[in-house]
Amino acid sequence: MRGCVRPSRLIALGLAFALAGVTARADTAPARVVSINLCTDQLAMMLAAPEQLVSISDLAADPHSSAMAQEARGYRINHGGAEEVYLLDPDLVLAGAYSDPATVAMLRRVGLRVVQFDTARSLADTRDHIARMAEVLDREEAGAALISRFDARLDALRSADTRHSAALYHPNGYSLGAGTLSDGILRAAGLMNVARSLGLRGGGTVALERLVMAAPDLLIRAAPLPGASRSEAVMSHPALTALITETANMRITSPDWICGTPHVLDAVETLVTAREGLE
Amino acid sequence: MTLLSLNDLSVRLRGRAILTGVTLDVTEGEFIGLIGPNGAGKTTLMRAALGLLPHEGTSSLAALPPAARGRAAAWMPQARDIAWPVTVETLVALGRTPHLGGWQGIGAADRTHVDAALDTMGIEGLRHRTATRLSGGEQAMALIARALAQETPLLMADEPIAGLDPANQIATMQVFARLAAEGRAVIASLHDLGLAARHCTRLILLGDGSVAADGPPADVLTPENLARNFHVSAHYATTPHGPVFQPLEVIR
Amino acid sequence: MRPLALTLSALVAVLFVVSLTVGPAGIGARDGLAALILGGDGPEPLVMREIRLPRALLGVMIGASLGLSGAALQGYLRNPLAEPGLIGVSGSAALGAVLAIHTGLAAATTLALPMAALAGAGTGVLLILMLAGPRGGSITLILAGIAISALAASLTSLVLNLSPNPYAASEIVFWMMGSLADRSMTHVWLALPLMLAGGAALLTLGRGLDALTLGEDAAEAMGLRLARVRLTLVLGTAAMVGAAVAVAGAIGFVGLVVPHLLRPLVGARPSRILWASVLGGAAMVLAADIAVRLVLPERDLKLGVLTAIVGAPLFLHLIYKTRGAQA
Repeated sequence: MRGCVRPSRLIALGLAFALAGVTARADTAPARVVSINLCTDQLAMMLAAPEQLVSISDLAADPHSSAMAQEARGYRINHGGAEEVYLLDPDLVLAGAYSDPATVAMLRRVGLRVVQFDTARSLADTRDHIARMAEVLDREEAGAALISRFDARLDALRSADTRHSAALYHPNGYSLGAGTLSDGILRAAGLMNVARSLGLRGGGTVALERLVMAAPDLLIRAAPLPGASRSEAVMSHPALTALITETANMRITSPDWICGTPHVLDAVETLVTAREGLE
Repeated sequence: MTLLSLNDLSVRLRGRAILTGVTLDVTEGEFIGLIGPNGAGKTTLMRAALGLLPHEGTSSLAALPPAARGRAAAWMPQARDIAWPVTVETLVALGRTPHLGGWQGIGAADRTHVDAALDTMGIEGLRHRTATRLSGGEQAMALIARALAQETPLLMADEPIAGLDPANQIATMQVFARLAAEGRAVIASLHDLGLAARHCTRLILLGDGSVAADGPPADVLTPENLARNFHVSAHYATTPHGPVFQPLEVIR
Repeated sequence: MRPLALTLSALVAVLFVVSLTVGPAGIGARDGLAALILGGDGPEPLVMREIRLPRALLGVMIGASLGLSGAALQGYLRNPLAEPGLIGVSGSAALGAVLAIHTGLAAATTLALPMAALAGAGTGVLLILMLAGPRGGSITLILAGIAISALAASLTSLVLNLSPNPYAASEIVFWMMGSLADRSMTHVWLALPLMLAGGAALLTLGRGLDALTLGEDAAEAMGLRLARVRLTLVLGTAAMVGAAVAVAGAIGFVGLVVPHLLRPLVGARPSRILWASVLGGAAMVLAADIAVRLVLPERDLKLGVLTAIVGAPLFLHLIYKTRGAQA
């Protein structure tokens, strides 16, 4: 197992230096870790030693975004502002590649070590992020164990069956194509991603007409969001409603799909069950 | 037949009394020149008589419902608005509006009236020209033609001949006089006392919001009236060519 | 006038059919029309019936509404620079609609959304008429309109800013620029009664607007009830523009450009421009909506962008010409 991990560890190290800028690598395990990104929040919660993780972002406590909203209650919440983070006196800050650049720059300027994690674009990225997080937190054994559980579960769920197609459809007609985590989840569950077959790379809009013409076997939509918006109006378009009655359709719990954490396998499992129900 | 009857007509604007207790009748056959110094209330009198201004007292015209009023009197305001670049023919035809019912357009009868109006004012040649591109005087002629096309028993005009050349001024006054002779009535406010003396059958002199004099031109254009209301002296003579009137000096 | 009516009607008919056949689904023109007419189940009839048809219908309805209300406003205000967007009606209608959506009122009953947009439009029109008066001069009118548009836009931004929904921030683009993408027959049925009522009201104003060529005084003396004309104008414009904005967001310049283009062709008579603008407006919006789907289909180009690209230079040209005439 350790042999399998090594190459990705090197890649993770390289990433750490490339993305985090030049700061001296801590020789001892970080004692006070603050996370200001939803995905690093969740990974840190899973891997950190007791008392190591001092604070996580408010998104981690939001059940609409976070798969670990329950666990998040036990932590102190921060809102990602540089001043707030600095006053928590951390020796390591975990952020996303797209966290507010002004905030990240400010934190580095006051002498804090900030490690940024990129967005996961595949299941492989997810494994790499687990490994890197374990290494950054100096919790390599916990990391290894988590990865081996991840691999085992994925092997059990993975299917080569591609007879059925699925489409993700979000407000404003947003869908996710090749090179996204959602795409990886669909393919791991043995479903063909309609957006990918229509040529979409990354995230983007798919015209309702093309969705209808593609006639997916499974239509996957997210739960409606708080407040109201006009963007969600397309979700109740009659053409989409007609599609829903003709196909099997399901709502997903978005939190599992957003971040590259072991929770993506929960999403894969839900899809596998749905796919098997299509037979 | 009385075409207009005013009884104790008064108008107050912003606390000031513009018009007080005007009582008069207009019968068919009269060409009335409404004269007076600037600010005497000539425009106010005509607009109040038409019901376009809130007033006290009564006006037989203002008491009519709007549609009937449009068929009873034609009004040519002092501001010569022509909002859109329509042809003169279209402009004059607007005078037929009170006679059109429901969704009707202009009919053959209406066209006859339009043609007659253009002919009377001598602007047949301007029929297809764009009204907004005419000279000020030509526009005035076209707007008078519009009032004529309306074919109403009473025609009221606010300074209709201002800005016209002498020939057109005289011609227009003659048109009005002829209308009166045919059994209609015309009320026109004027500053040219000479033309008023020569063509009008009756003059109404307004001074400080009330009627200062009312009667044939010779009775109204007395030196006392001229001095008191216009602060001018004038030469007024009856000649073989008809009355001649020329203001001379300012009296203070 | 006859040949113009026929030409415009034919143009609208052609553009309507073209609009039905344009779209990302890649359905051939003949197949698409056959699927629409013959009906049936399956993806093609579904796309044609539920996505393309409402879009084409709304193009006609919204274009007609904007054209007609623009022509009526210009006729009444005796100002060729007036249009519903310029005088803040679209912005106010959008504010009403946004308030209805984000307070949850729109979800309560189906009619709440168009009614709220209507209320917003009515308030906006009343405000501008009060501020600028019927003949307040072009400058006063335009300034008052800019002020009301700005106020409505800032309040709309405020509502969206305070919304807990993550999509709220991007929706400002829709309300400011307009779009017909993914509209359904529900929207058609929602807007149609209001547009028909408003349109019927505005079309009765023809004779009155003609008479107003002579100015208010002369028109009133000829028997025109000015107060009634004003009220009909306000209610009719609010109904048509309110419904249009509720469904498609704010689409600018149609009400300004169409009457202006058609004025020389109908001898500048306001009553004729009313009818011509119904057809001309429909043609313009249909053409713009077709262009939106052909020019940059993947980039979700907004309808208002296209109408603005045509309209803004034309508007500048209008101002330049007016300035030149007054000089």
